[in-house]
Amino acid sequence: MAVGLSGFAFGVTSAGSGLTVLQTCALSLLVFTGASQFALVGALAGGGNPFTAAAGAFFLGVRNAFYGLRLSQLLALPRAVRPFAAQWVIDETTAVALAQPTRRSVRIGFTVTGLSLYVLWNLTTLLGALGAEAIGDTDAWGLDAAGPAVFLALLAPMVRTTMERAVAGLAVVLGLGLLPVLPAGVPVLVAALAAPAVLWADGRRRARTAASGECGVPEEKR
Amino acid sequence: MNVWIAIGATAAGCYLVKLIGLLIPAGALERPLVQRLAVLLPVALLAALTAQQTLADGRFLVLDARAAGLTAAAVALLLRAPFLLVVAAAVLVTAGVRATTG
Repeated sequence: MAVGLSGFAFGVTSAGSGLTVLQTCALSLLVFTGASQFALVGALAGGGNPFTAAAGAFFLGVRNAFYGLRLSQLLALPRAVRPFAAQWVIDETTAVALAQPTRRSVRIGFTVTGLSLYVLWNLTTLLGALGAEAIGDTDAWGLDAAGPAVFLALLAPMVRTTMERAVAGLAVVLGLGLLPVLPAGVPVLVAALAAPAVLWADGRRRARTAASGECGVPEEKR
Repeated sequence: MNVWIAIGATAAGCYLVKLIGLLIPAGALERPLVQRLAVLLPVALLAALTAQQTLADGRFLVLDARAAGLTAAAVALLLRAPFLLVVAAAVLVTAGVRATTG
């Protein structure tokens, strides 16, 4: 349900950003990782060059490598099958596979979730893109707010600890503050540096605390 | 043409990171620092993207109907509304504000 709606929202957003129906559908078929797709069409609409736009989308997709790492142990696929399974390594299939008790049910869960989401995502993308073309001015319908709303909904469960909030806050300041001075698409890449910057600052703080002889601050939990 | 270049680059990049996860030996990315960075990187990107797509018009910052829509989405999230309602709130409020002010 949520995936179907995001697929529809992506189709609308992408077509509203000036991509053709064919380009919009190519993205859903070939990229198949929602946040990256939204980021790419947003960056292109903002006038970014194709490589800075793709870089932002790529960094958002990096998390899938970590999903793949966990899935590869659970699925234990033959090497020859892995290139075919790779396209379905996303948030939802990982969540379903991790919840299964046996290897057989992990494989079934991964395949069924992957296949049904792939079909649903691409169908709803097509519907959204066609719908956007049919209604013309998508902004008048407030549909340009769908993209950032999807981002916000994805972000909300990720900001629990002080560190995560610090990263989000710094990224917002960098992303907005650098807009007037850097070429389109670049501020978001600089904002990504908020993650290593906060990690580094946290590491220094811990090192200082340890050096002054106090007990280390325990890892913050939610 | 530029759009197709961007699509090609994104598709190739995103596919390769998915494949890398399945192919590399377990343990290669298990270092705590790498893991924490992997958790925090999407936080930074999503926060910056949300802010930009809400408040930016090209290279300038503006406060328009989208800000009202995203505020509605944030309220919906705080009330633990389902995903559908969160996005619908943003879209409807943005359209409503535009219709009444524009």
